[in-house]
Amino acid sequence: MTEKVSLTIFPAILLALAAALPGAPAELPPAASEKVDFEKQVRPLFERCTACHGAALQINGLRLDRKKAAFEGGLSGPAIVPGDSANSRLIHMVAGFRVKSVMPPSGEPLTPQQIGLLRAWIDQGAAWPDDPVETTAAEPEKPKHWAFEPRTQPKPPAVEHSDWPHNPIDNFVLARLEADGLAPSPAADPLTLLRRLCLDLTGLPPTPEQIAAFQADSSPRAVARLIDGLLRSEAYGEKWAMHWLDQVRYADSDGYEKDDERPHAWRYRQWVIESLNADKPFDEFSIEQIAGDLLPHPTADQLVATGFHRNTLTNREGGVNKEQFRFEETVDRANTIGSVWLGLTVGCAQCHDHKFDPITQKDYYRFFAFVNNIEEELTPAPLPGERGAWLRTHAEYRARRQELLCAYDVPDLQPAWEEKVQYHGQNPGQDTAWDVNWDTLAKMTDGGEKYILIPADQRTELQADVVTDYFLRFYTQIVSRDEYNALGFGELRGKLERLERSYPQMSQARTVSELATPRPATVHVRGGWDRPGVAVTPGVPGFLPQIDKPNPTRLDMARWLFRDDNPLTARVLVNRVWQEYFGQGLVTTSDDFGTRSDAPSHPALLDWLAQDFIDSGWSLKHLHRTIVSSAAYQQASDARPELSEKDPDNRLLARQERLRLPAELIRDAALAAGGLLNLRVGGKSVKPPMPEGVASLSYAGGFDWTVPEGVDRYRRGLYIHFQRTVPYPMLSTFDATERTVAECSRERSNTPLQALNLLNDPVFVEAAQGLATRVLLESPAPDLDVRLGVAYQLCLGRDPSAAERSRLERFYHDQMRVLDASPEIVGSLYPLQPEGYDRVAAAAWTGLSRVLLNTDEFMTRE
Amino acid sequence: MLDRPQFQAIQSRRGFLERTLAGLGSMALADLLHGEGRTAQQDDPLAPKDPHFAPKAKNVIFLFQAGAPSQMDLFDPKPKLKKYHGQSLPPELTKDLQLAFIKKNAQVMASVQKFRKCGQSGMEISDLLPHTQSIADEICLVRSMFSEAFNHHPGQSLLMTGSPLLGRPTVGAWLTYGLGSENRNLPGFVVLSSGRGTSGGSSNWSSGFLPSTYAGVPFRSSGDPILYLSNPDGVDRDMQRMSLDALKDLNQERLDKTGDLEIASRIQSYELAFRMQAAAPELLDFSSEPQSVLDSYGVGKEPMHPYAVNCLLARRMVERGVRFVMLAHASWDQHQNLKKDLQKNCDITDQPGAALIKDLKQRGLLDSTLVVWGGEFGRTSLADIRRPEDIDSAGRDHHPNGYSMWVAGGGVRGGQVIGSTDDLAMRVDTEKVHVHDLQATLLNQMGFDHTKLTYRHMGRDFRLTDVEGEIVRKMIA
Repeated sequence: MTEKVSLTIFPAILLALAAALPGAPAELPPAASEKVDFEKQVRPLFERCTACHGAALQINGLRLDRKKAAFEGGLSGPAIVPGDSANSRLIHMVAGFRVKSVMPPSGEPLTPQQIGLLRAWIDQGAAWPDDPVETTAAEPEKPKHWAFEPRTQPKPPAVEHSDWPHNPIDNFVLARLEADGLAPSPAADPLTLLRRLCLDLTGLPPTPEQIAAFQADSSPRAVARLIDGLLRSEAYGEKWAMHWLDQVRYADSDGYEKDDERPHAWRYRQWVIESLNADKPFDEFSIEQIAGDLLPHPTADQLVATGFHRNTLTNREGGVNKEQFRFEETVDRANTIGSVWLGLTVGCAQCHDHKFDPITQKDYYRFFAFVNNIEEELTPAPLPGERGAWLRTHAEYRARRQELLCAYDVPDLQPAWEEKVQYHGQNPGQDTAWDVNWDTLAKMTDGGEKYILIPADQRTELQADVVTDYFLRFYTQIVSRDEYNALGFGELRGKLERLERSYPQMSQARTVSELATPRPATVHVRGGWDRPGVAVTPGVPGFLPQIDKPNPTRLDMARWLFRDDNPLTARVLVNRVWQEYFGQGLVTTSDDFGTRSDAPSHPALLDWLAQDFIDSGWSLKHLHRTIVSSAAYQQASDARPELSEKDPDNRLLARQERLRLPAELIRDAALAAGGLLNLRVGGKSVKPPMPEGVASLSYAGGFDWTVPEGVDRYRRGLYIHFQRTVPYPMLSTFDATERTVAECSRERSNTPLQALNLLNDPVFVEAAQGLATRVLLESPAPDLDVRLGVAYQLCLGRDPSAAERSRLERFYHDQMRVLDASPEIVGSLYPLQPEGYDRVAAAAWTGLSRVLLNTDEFMTRE
Repeated sequence: MLDRPQFQAIQSRRGFLERTLAGLGSMALADLLHGEGRTAQQDDPLAPKDPHFAPKAKNVIFLFQAGAPSQMDLFDPKPKLKKYHGQSLPPELTKDLQLAFIKKNAQVMASVQKFRKCGQSGMEISDLLPHTQSIADEICLVRSMFSEAFNHHPGQSLLMTGSPLLGRPTVGAWLTYGLGSENRNLPGFVVLSSGRGTSGGSSNWSSGFLPSTYAGVPFRSSGDPILYLSNPDGVDRDMQRMSLDALKDLNQERLDKTGDLEIASRIQSYELAFRMQAAAPELLDFSSEPQSVLDSYGVGKEPMHPYAVNCLLARRMVERGVRFVMLAHASWDQHQNLKKDLQKNCDITDQPGAALIKDLKQRGLLDSTLVVWGGEFGRTSLADIRRPEDIDSAGRDHHPNGYSMWVAGGGVRGGQVIGSTDDLAMRVDTEKVHVHDLQATLLNQMGFDHTKLTYRHMGRDFRLTDVEGEIVRKMIA
């Protein structure tokens, strides 16, 4: 409190406020003076509580119908302190004394006399007859839930049509179909299968070369060879990284209001792509992400993997309470692990015991405790080849940086600023500008508020740069705009950035470490970050096999996920892979394996797949190969009238499904057809052309969206910079996930906005022009008929039917008539200057290509 | 999009072959497109649907004032603050206060604004809002709003989706999901914005975990009003029609071969897109509006022109059956320069907003259109003073514990004030209205029991009001 406070106004203000807090007592009602009888006077009062604090329900863990439970208290701690009613939480709650809400929450509040009786009872020792002995029959055993039971070891069943199965998957599928009197569909025709495999395994449509090679291979091993080749392609890792990134909510910006860019985030994505391509076993793949930092002598790559935890959103708004936000991040981390690996909606138990699954609130905070000691780090993570160049030039770079700083008097000004901002950090409330400057340091930098406390000569380069860069950027909060401009710090920042870009830098990665001294872990009452309850130790949910070890770590938890007796992990994973191949999982609720989940259509198949996956050494490529090699997968997807009655949802798998492609893959396919797709693998995110005015919808009023020169704009959709508050429009329009929380599947909507996007977005118009050019250049003969064949191969990987040919020929000639009548539009439709082919034909082919790129078949995996 | 139950319904009702191979000729397609007959109802996720009970309102216009307008300078006069102006408050009074930039010993700052009793009820409204004063009899002013979210993005998220956490559907998406759209040539949920972007960005109109069909569609102030609405260079409407005819035939061919009804929906989507290409420019064409109407909104007049255009567009959209219009203005986040920037925001928003209410009323649309005005929270009575030498540069901090919003039309009883805050503008005194209560009331006016409009996601039935929400009975006529 400072001298500014006028003490004389206190009474007036308190009076003014008294009206605002009706009924808040200044003290507790006095205890009754009589001797209190529990059964006659206290239990009837408790009966008002037992609807919420009784046998059926124990909100906040408190139970008031049993002596033992009542004295144990709830998640906030003991409720009754015998002999000390003034310090008993029960009394505070019913009196509304120093608490936010009064109990009971509905009906008449207790009278002062009733509270007095309760106080007297407690002060007199809180006598309560012992609980009756519970009979075990009173609590019926909960019905068993299949997903929580150990996996079975099913044998593939015998089938009548034993020539159909390619592998055991098919025995399970066919046995079920035969039992229902259904026959599977015929195999998809070879070109449909080729396109399906290419799109499913690599996310790219087949190239003319792939088509020719596949058609030329008449051996019975042709499909197997194709599958092996696709699994070896680097595009495989890109395609399946996309599905993984949805689950781990990967993005290139912080989210929330400020939504700052995360220039190093891509290193995690790169790690995912490379790990998938190397077929890193799924257990290792997972353990490194969850706890790579805790592995003995972790490699740089294993640290990069922990970027998984860094995909949480970051709120840098002015009013953020850091501890609140750390709590929310931790909640997100716990929930994400629950969703991704366990298929459990553990987050439902953040505020109360799970309504449907046997996860108590205490279970939740025991699980939460595993990730409660995460510290966020920025780690040097040099890419191959970076270190040498860096070593050679780094000293020179630092010297030149220092020169620049000296030229603007930074070494003279910064120490005084540091001293003052630290002072105000420790003595807030004296000067708002300095207070804000200190608070902003904690919010807008990662770690700046810690680094500034390290003596300047002991800071690492990274730490020193964080503080200096902050000083240069936010000194404007202290001095006027004119003074700031006079110092030239804006100009200096530009020079420093250019200097940094002109020297080789070592890449960095967003990683985590474990706090040396663990934070105390507690239950949080009603999920409130500021309402710690009873202490808990780290542990896994009580209904699952337990970790047999005191004080297990995050690494122990990660390894526990892959223990043979964990019933969930393998089932959840194979089901999620399956859903991408058939449009839905064997368990359709792929995000929820709890008691409200959908029953598996083929429980034995699910367990067989899980076991086979484990037996393969958790090889994802093995799992993919097994599924796509099956006859079930390779069936035709055409609808069958007789199935619409018997199996309208295609749960029995008597046919394949037609599936609209995910957003990124529609873009990739169009760019590929147009010959534009840049197949470079990995690297930083890119910003392809985006209409003006989109970025300005964000708070920042237009984050930087500099479109790269050259071919980077044609990179695969996976690499599009994901700005959380304003995602790239095409991605949102086609149901890409929002990347805020774990999402385990995507919607497939079908909207007019999608039509407008594919018809008119310059990216797709350019693809149509590209396709037109290819058709004219690559066609072996100039006949329309031959060209149509080439176009169909490039777009749809097949030949056109007679009906399609005649319809498109008609359209082509209709267009030619328009172009002949209005030659001025030729250049608009086809702005390129053709060499060796006719520009009018190119314009007409642009129109025709646009139609092909908009067909349902083009955007669908059949 | 055709979801599985709809798919099933169609197949069992009509017989698969009849529907697809023979039944979906040009006549059936015409039915689909014009929304006549049951088929369209079943196929189309945006086909008009009945709510739970007879609604009072059919449309919503949300005049979203992003950034948190200062209630004590606009709608909730606090004359007693003058007494403590320039003084700090004792810690007992500020101990529960959460603050973004200032500290708890910051000085009280009384409002410099003059208030006037308006309309038959005599509700007091600031002279910064002379046009809003003139519609006092239409509006229900709620002075007792409160929220838990303290920062802008979580606050806006709570206001729009019922949760401070991101990833949930917004109220416009919920309503479009529940009611469909009455005009299939325009989106059911439209977003208009002026000023800078909002803190929430696209999460303020997101469909969250609902299909993207229900997401708000931003109408842009420059370039195409809807992203990718215009044809590429060289393609005129005839050429587009010609292309779509060819496309339709190719898709029909594929539909015949595969029997996949999703293709029928695709054909329909492309036809709707084509019609949207005509309908959206018509919507933006103000040539049929008399000059007096344009003038009443302030179209063509600075600084209000962009906001005025959006208000007039909102009326034209409601006339054409757009279900939910969100009109965002940012920013009211006056940590500094409160006096100047508040004046500026009022100069922009006051006249067009009031003109919208009068215009809707005059056209008989106000009864069926619920208009909501407000932001994500309010501001403190404590000042944010960074440059004491220039006191006009002072501002106010964030304050979710008590702030003002107003609603009008759509069955709401105008000319009344709900609730009050204490003399120091610290917290709500009477008739507390939580954001969830406002949302519950809004859904009620649209014909929904807010506890029953749900969607299953991640194993849980989610709803707009989370697990809370009580209808504000006093608000309803």
